[in-house]
Amino acid sequence: MALLDVEGLRVRLPTRAGEVTIVDGVDYHVGEGEVFGVAGESGSGKTISVLALMQLLPEGARVEGRALYAGRDLLALRGRALRQVRGRDVAMVFQDPLTSLHPMLTIGRQLTEHLRVHEGVARGAADRRAVELLEEVRIPDPEKALHGFAHQFSGGMRQRIAIAIALACRPKLLIADEPTTALDVTVQAGILRLLDRLRRENGLSVILITHDLGVMSSIADHVSVFYAGRIVESGPTRELLAHPRHPYTRALLDALPHPESEGGAELVAIPGAPPTPRRRPDGCAFHPRCPYAREDCLVDVPPLVPVSDGRLLACPPDPFASA
Amino acid sequence: MTAGAPAPSAPIRLRLWQRRRPLSRAVGLRHPLTLVGLTIAGAWIVIAIFAPWIAPYDPVTDTTLPALHAPSWHYLFGTDELGRDVLSRTLFGARTTIPLGLLLVGVSLLIGSTLGAIAGYFGGPIDGLVMRLTDLVFAFPAIILAMVTTAALGRGIQNAVIALIVVSWPSYARVVRGLVRQLSQSEYVLSARLLGASARRALVRDVLPNVAGPVLVLATLDLGNAILLLSGLSFLGLGPQPPKPEWGLSVAEGVNYFQYWWVGTFPGLAIFTVVLAFNFLGDSLRDRLDPQSSWSRGGDD
Amino acid sequence: MQPSARTSTFPRLAFRPGRSRERSSRPFLRFVLRRFGALILLALGITVVAFVLTSVVPGDPAAANLGQQAINDPAAVAAFNHHYGLDKPLPEQYGIYLWHLLHGDLGQSEQNHDAVTHDLSQAIPATAELALFSIFVAVIVGMSLGVLAAVRRNKATDHVLRVVSLGGVSMPTFWIALVALYVFFFRLNWLPGTGRLDAVVLPPPHHTGLYTLDALLSGQWGTFTNAFRHLVLPGCVLAAYNIGLLTRYTRSAVLEVISNDYVRAARAKGLPARIVVPRHVLRAALPGIVTVIGLAFANVMTGSVLVEYVFSWPGIGQYAFHSATTLDLPAIMGVSLFVAVVYVVVNFLVDVLYGVLDARLRVQ
Repeated sequence: MALLDVEGLRVRLPTRAGEVTIVDGVDYHVGEGEVFGVAGESGSGKTISVLALMQLLPEGARVEGRALYAGRDLLALRGRALRQVRGRDVAMVFQDPLTSLHPMLTIGRQLTEHLRVHEGVARGAADRRAVELLEEVRIPDPEKALHGFAHQFSGGMRQRIAIAIALACRPKLLIADEPTTALDVTVQAGILRLLDRLRRENGLSVILITHDLGVMSSIADHVSVFYAGRIVESGPTRELLAHPRHPYTRALLDALPHPESEGGAELVAIPGAPPTPRRRPDGCAFHPRCPYAREDCLVDVPPLVPVSDGRLLACPPDPFASA
Repeated sequence: MTAGAPAPSAPIRLRLWQRRRPLSRAVGLRHPLTLVGLTIAGAWIVIAIFAPWIAPYDPVTDTTLPALHAPSWHYLFGTDELGRDVLSRTLFGARTTIPLGLLLVGVSLLIGSTLGAIAGYFGGPIDGLVMRLTDLVFAFPAIILAMVTTAALGRGIQNAVIALIVVSWPSYARVVRGLVRQLSQSEYVLSARLLGASARRALVRDVLPNVAGPVLVLATLDLGNAILLLSGLSFLGLGPQPPKPEWGLSVAEGVNYFQYWWVGTFPGLAIFTVVLAFNFLGDSLRDRLDPQSSWSRGGDD
Repeated sequence: MQPSARTSTFPRLAFRPGRSRERSSRPFLRFVLRRFGALILLALGITVVAFVLTSVVPGDPAAANLGQQAINDPAAVAAFNHHYGLDKPLPEQYGIYLWHLLHGDLGQSEQNHDAVTHDLSQAIPATAELALFSIFVAVIVGMSLGVLAAVRRNKATDHVLRVVSLGGVSMPTFWIALVALYVFFFRLNWLPGTGRLDAVVLPPPHHTGLYTLDALLSGQWGTFTNAFRHLVLPGCVLAAYNIGLLTRYTRSAVLEVISNDYVRAARAKGLPARIVVPRHVLRAALPGIVTVIGLAFANVMTGSVLVEYVFSWPGIGQYAFHSATTLDLPAIMGVSLFVAVVYVVVNFLVDVLYGVLDARLRVQ
């Protein structure tokens, strides 16, 4: 049973040169206790699509579609109902913990303020909860940490704190937008392991956004690949990464350097560059860079259809079907 | 993951070119603030030039009118205590204040920018000296310093202007010094110099055009401020002396006869509109040339 | 609670427990001391400038002070010059001047022969009362308008406020004083005209010199009301420029903060605007705004000369103007020095406040 059902999500943002469609018709389902991976490059619309879920888009944004969570449409919530969902049912962790933690408020305050608003917890009890949360994310000396400020901690610690803040009210759904991108590689693994453990211990569902397929493969159960505002392929992680069927996904994987390839082998790059939201081509957005493009690819937007068990594909030519 | 972006084009030329085109568009009709500012400022400049032909009476010699007469058809702005037409005095006031303001800003800009550029470019003890000097000047509020200077040098137009120049040049020095410092260490200037451009060439072609924008904004806004300071000084009696038809002086007269509201109100209104016009202009220029502190894009993401 | 042994890839400890208080006090103390040192240096420089300026003033102090006697009696002139050290070389005169300064002696006013320090001590409270009231009004009104403009960014309210803010900084203070006096005093008679109190009202017992405060402290409600009513007009006129300034800078400070991730994160936690705006947005914007408040003080001192003139307010501004026009050298030096030092001290306080507000400057 799906925890979150997104249907027909379309987001348009105003720019100086007129309105631009960033997210162009996206559907997906996130199950309970599942890590749902969203892969794609910058400009593909992945961050905007989740910001839309929390209604945290910049002013003037227009959103279409539905996002059903426990029977309610998140996109239709307003005012008090919206504020109650935020932080309590659905929580978010942002990319750079140095900027997403308030520089002038203590860690303790940032951990407890929404706890006290959502659950009416008194100060002493809230502080005790905060200490427990910090222990869960393995921050040493949590009582002292409560009085600390964000800049006193290392990058990895800050992200752990951000995760603790997000989970304070025990939400069912956590959205993690590039949670490891701003961190050292050595620290990344720790954060991912933390997310995985928390997910298992709390029955948490996670929407994990990343452009790093390595990160995806380590903890995501399911992957959706975004390109130019649409989902081009999705399916269980292991299978999709082992046998990609969309030319874009395949090219992405081919571009990764392989530790076992011969020395001196060239890195394969996809020719061209992803289109900016304003200049998306007609038909399949990938067709200008696709060696398998047919005539209909230039005209029709390929629909995302099931091709085998649990796998969806938006590529009528389907050149790797047999794989 | 994908092939790199196309090679970057010559950054210096691109920057200049990008600056010039939007400027002409801004001056166009899209921005009401610019339009209003230009209209009012333009009107006052026209008045300043053509006052002798527009004004109905002579502001200094025509003292035969009924004194302290309220505004009427004959005397649109009324008359003052010496029987002079307030409208004429107000119109002629532009001939004193506006050129003085321009002079003040011009000289302060020259002195300040030169000192600031030198300080910013060469750094070290020169920079320290100039900065201490600006600190000292900033520590004295403008009017106090100006008052003391005019007290030392005597009252009158020249000394008032000198006093105000002393007070105004540091703002330019600070701005220019900061910009020059930043720009002379920027990557494209460094790379231009690596490619063989001489220090002077780098300064003129790459640094100066990018300094011009913020300085222009500062100068336009400063013009309004200069006029406020000038008329403030003459209000106190430390600037142009009577019977010169200067706005500040006229408002001072107005204070003595404040029941006759027209004597001081109209000259003051003139100051207000002129300064407002230049502030409007400066603010819309700021939108174009200095987006970080502009209103319309202030604090942008 | 011990960290679990499971986590072998435990991140390196960057936060030192236990000694945080001691460690945190040192960087801030150093910061404060550095700013204080700069203040002292600047103050010294100011004394030099004040001294130089007044020695440049043409005119013979002996002649000014002794009048007729100076022409007839060279011995008296010589005595005068010797007494005031005017026959010594300039640097030595400066040294004497500095010595007197450190002993709180600013010389005697040439006009009324009172000690300059005495004159200043009379004038300072008057201006202080005016300045504090004016800054208070400017901060409340300016910051509110600025926040409003930021929150309603690019809507009609924002555009109107932009014009209002530009208008505020374009108005000549002396003109607005005149207009206010005419409208509110002469025409409408809502508020009194000149001076700090009505002629028939006695000043309250002296505690601070601020009539409103002193009246409150002594329980003299009538006097308080009277003093306050006299304060309103000049105070608001003086605030006009700063309201324009603060509206603009509060708006940009707030906008800059609002676009930051931590504000978005606060909203993502489900916090309502009534918590996010004061606690998250304003708190972060305050350091920038505080700097502008320092500027506002400078404007108040400049403006006070004009406003005190129009409203016959017996403060520093009037004193400065009077001494400048009568070339009363010791008085000029005294006022310039005082004003400059106040300005520098205010800047110092602003710097310190900045450090207090922004934890990053303070701790580790």
